[in-house]
Amino acid sequence: MADVTAGDGALRRFLHGLPGVDAVGLQARAATLGTRSIKTTAKAYAIDLAISMIDLTTLEGADTPGKVRALCAKGINPDPTDRTTPRVAAICVYGDMVATAKEALTGSGVHVAAVATAFPSGRAALPVKLADTREAVAAGADEIDMVIDRGAFLSGRYLQVFEEIRQVKEACVREDGSGTAAHLKVIFETGELQTYDNVRRASWLAMLAGADFIKTSTGKVAVNATPPVTLVLLEAVRDFHATTGVQVGVKPAGGIRTSKDAIKYLVMVNETLGDEWLSPEWFRFGASSLLNDLLMQRQKLSTGRYSGPDYVTVD
Amino acid sequence: MSDRNDRLSVLKTYKLFVGGKFPRSESGRVYEVTDAKGKWLANAPLASRKDARDAVVAARKAFGGWSGATAYNRGQILYRVAEMLEGRRDQFVHEVADAEGLSKSKATAQVDAAIDRWVWYAGWSDKTAQIAGSANPVAGPYFNLSSPEPTGVVALLAPQDSSFLGLVSVIAPAIVTGNTTVVVASERAPLPALSLGEVLATSDLPGGVVNVLSGRTAEIATPLAAHQDVNAIDLAGADEELATELEKAAADNLKRVVRPQPVDWPADPGTARLLAFLETKTVWHPMGA
Amino acid sequence: MPVFEYAPAPESRAVVDIAPSYGLFIDGEFAEAGDGKVFKTLSPSSEEVLSEVAQANAEDVDRAVKAARKAFETWSALPGSERAKYLFRIARIIQERSRELAVLESLDNGKPIRESRDADLPLVAAHFFYYAGWADKLAHAGYGPDPRPLGVAGQIIPWNFPLLMLAWKIAPALATGNTVVLKPAETTPLSALFFADICRQAGLPKGVVNIVTGDGSTGAELVAHPGIDKVAFTGSTEVGKAIARTVAGTKKKVTLELGGKAANIVFDDAPIDQAVEGIIGGIFFNQGHVCCAGSRLLVQESVQDELLDALKRRMSTLRVGDPLDKNTDIGAINSAEQLARIRALADAGEAEGAERWAPACELPSSGYWFAPTLFTGVTQAHRIAREEIFGPVLSVLTFRTPEEAVAKANNTPYGLSAGIWTEKGSRILWMANKLRAGVVWSNTFNKFDPASPFGGYKESGYGREGGRHGLEAYLDV
Repeated sequence: MADVTAGDGALRRFLHGLPGVDAVGLQARAATLGTRSIKTTAKAYAIDLAISMIDLTTLEGADTPGKVRALCAKGINPDPTDRTTPRVAAICVYGDMVATAKEALTGSGVHVAAVATAFPSGRAALPVKLADTREAVAAGADEIDMVIDRGAFLSGRYLQVFEEIRQVKEACVREDGSGTAAHLKVIFETGELQTYDNVRRASWLAMLAGADFIKTSTGKVAVNATPPVTLVLLEAVRDFHATTGVQVGVKPAGGIRTSKDAIKYLVMVNETLGDEWLSPEWFRFGASSLLNDLLMQRQKLSTGRYSGPDYVTVD
Repeated sequence: MSDRNDRLSVLKTYKLFVGGKFPRSESGRVYEVTDAKGKWLANAPLASRKDARDAVVAARKAFGGWSGATAYNRGQILYRVAEMLEGRRDQFVHEVADAEGLSKSKATAQVDAAIDRWVWYAGWSDKTAQIAGSANPVAGPYFNLSSPEPTGVVALLAPQDSSFLGLVSVIAPAIVTGNTTVVVASERAPLPALSLGEVLATSDLPGGVVNVLSGRTAEIATPLAAHQDVNAIDLAGADEELATELEKAAADNLKRVVRPQPVDWPADPGTARLLAFLETKTVWHPMGA
Repeated sequence: MPVFEYAPAPESRAVVDIAPSYGLFIDGEFAEAGDGKVFKTLSPSSEEVLSEVAQANAEDVDRAVKAARKAFETWSALPGSERAKYLFRIARIIQERSRELAVLESLDNGKPIRESRDADLPLVAAHFFYYAGWADKLAHAGYGPDPRPLGVAGQIIPWNFPLLMLAWKIAPALATGNTVVLKPAETTPLSALFFADICRQAGLPKGVVNIVTGDGSTGAELVAHPGIDKVAFTGSTEVGKAIARTVAGTKKKVTLELGGKAANIVFDDAPIDQAVEGIIGGIFFNQGHVCCAGSRLLVQESVQDELLDALKRRMSTLRVGDPLDKNTDIGAINSAEQLARIRALADAGEAEGAERWAPACELPSSGYWFAPTLFTGVTQAHRIAREEIFGPVLSVLTFRTPEEAVAKANNTPYGLSAGIWTEKGSRILWMANKLRAGVVWSNTFNKFDPASPFGGYKESGYGREGGRHGLEAYLDV
């Protein structure tokens, strides 16, 4: 598909030639999938799967090494009362906390994900964004969560967005001579792209540029992940895979707080993409408070009684 | 048709009006039409079931164009019919007086009312959708609009007693909304109907929108009621027994049926016949960015 | 074995208490049929007998019509505002009892609880609520300053949406001041009998609503009864024609909502994922037992392969099984008779050379089941492109241009509904204008609302149900 990215015109024609998204129909489909009733064994499976897919996140100006270490401990061992609880997928932090997190997670199998490229606004010069990325990778980040330039996207400068992603992807290559690279997640900030047509175009744009994951939101704006927006991402990933054979992951982020919500997303993955995407390798939740709700639901399932916030840890 | 002075008048050969043309009956048959006192007026074509079939084909062929014309266009054409009739008023007064045994003044009243009726219906062309349609506030993010559309090919059994005003009162409401018609003229008094065909032919009305047949109502109506490509039937000109039989036949393709009922033809026609041959179409579309 | 296996999630049956037998509901009382005849009603998903129901004969119908006639005097004389309040009460009681009624409907009909809960019951309550509001506003409906009711309405409803079709019939009839004798379908009589209890709870005067259960012979008696002023029927075109013949020469007003063979037309610029959902919902909603089902998919040749791949992939995720399981998408076929009809037509499709496809799906061993099925290589000449299957069977045809799509879509004696999928607005309006169908869904399908008129062109029947237009069927205009 190299020809579609040969120039601005070709890229625009390709992106605008993608099938449209009817907003009402999309929302209706997402709502219907949300009525699936996931009980007993299915619920237990879904809760553990959801926990294992969490990118446990702290992205605050007030973050300190102490806070990050606490979060890492929680990620490795989410429920101290039940060692069968799976660990989360990654701890997601700002670039300057990567080293701290990396150290705290040593040997745990939990990844370090770093937001980069002038997160969350993306408003910085490209060299700054690349430097931001390289630094995080050098500090040991396993995954980079970059933001796209929404201004460029909304004004139709698709090739610029494409190039930026491509270069960030290059910056993800580790300079230790291993030939390996951090996995690149590309955040669209769907709340700012506004239309589902834009979300679908952004998804294809990012995948064409080499994204390993596509991600809805930073969690820093009013509208973050929603089921319909995530469904657009899932459909784009499905179609990209069918066209190119390349599998790309999906990460909804922001606003997913309850087990019930998380399970709805898993149902969406299951019925849109199927088994192949039902693992932390291909689907993540960007969340912080979600984990405790999953843990309380998990306790309810194993003990039969409702849990409370004092029976899960505050981090 | 009395002769003036000593000149022998030129008599008219009355013909059917089908597809904008004036054919004789394919059967070659005619029947004698007399005035109320039994005096010979003319020989009218005695249409056959094949004439009925040809008329349906003509009406179907005309349906796409006529129903697709703008309402403004249809309204102007109906108004043009009134204009043309006004110019031939005397002829129709004469024919109606003869046909129905009316005095000249009573026949004049009938013809004037008939001309005015064309005007009344002409004005309905672009208003029917506004009174019969609706914007529907459904409980969801959907644009939802209902609008009336013409039913299709309508067979009209013109009233037997009111040879011209009654005739116009069944034709005009059917065609103004875009239907096309096959009209069976009053059996006893078909001449005004056949002459109307001549007016319609010169009023910019596309051929086939109105097709006029004369003959035995029962003979022509029976194949029309059973015809699978006729969508509706107005039984105004059928007696009770025939109407029942025709309504049964009409059930075969679920024609819309207007049953015969007593009508005071000169009175305000209201909208009943105007709305009888309409189908409500409701279109949905989501509203979303 | 899929990774994420949904555990059974059955809705509780305990919310509904079905009596071992039911009589006819005439003049506010339940009574046995005069000759004591009964028939059984089954759960089509298990073939379990749910109850025994009275089989009304001519005398029973006569009693019901007389009760309705007697009640008409006082009911039609009530101020519209009072009739309105009865209907509002009914709407509210239906909302209160909606879980019970949804479970009942799924048991007796076989439809998935997800649909009876999320589609049927909300629409039933909404329909009563909508027409309640009309009862005291008829002077403003465009039918003259004081439109009068017709009298006694004989109403016959089908088995596909038992309670919803009851609502479509009874709500406008009562709002306009008519009284009714309603005959539910032979295979799904229970929700109408539960509705009788709702009438009792609402304090509806006796005789205003009468329910006579029975088979086609009971319906025929009702239609032919000289004491009724109106026939409203939803069902097959064949029976609709018989009704039209029966009432010929009478003064009975008739409305018929009959069969369909709707085209769902997909252009190459369609919003493809939503189109797939629309196609799926269009034909598999309610097991395809829907008169307006999009049973003919007309797909533009340039996107045929892409669309069919997507459709098959989506069909593979449909969950067929226990109607009471909250995750079931497709429930049981309503009766053995209907199942036989679907099988016969599907077999004819194969025999005529169309290619049959269905996803791998395990069907329960008891009850009546048919897997969601797709036929490709279908032409207008195939029986499965012309005859209403009334089951989960989709026939796929292709077209090249908008003109061809319209010509094929309209090439049927039916004219109930149609679907259009394209992102081009002017084409939608052009198509909507050309399609000879009473309901045109563009970029959506199978949407219903009490405010939206519903009904067909040509052999799909006449008259409209729903909206302001739906009042006309019950007014002397």
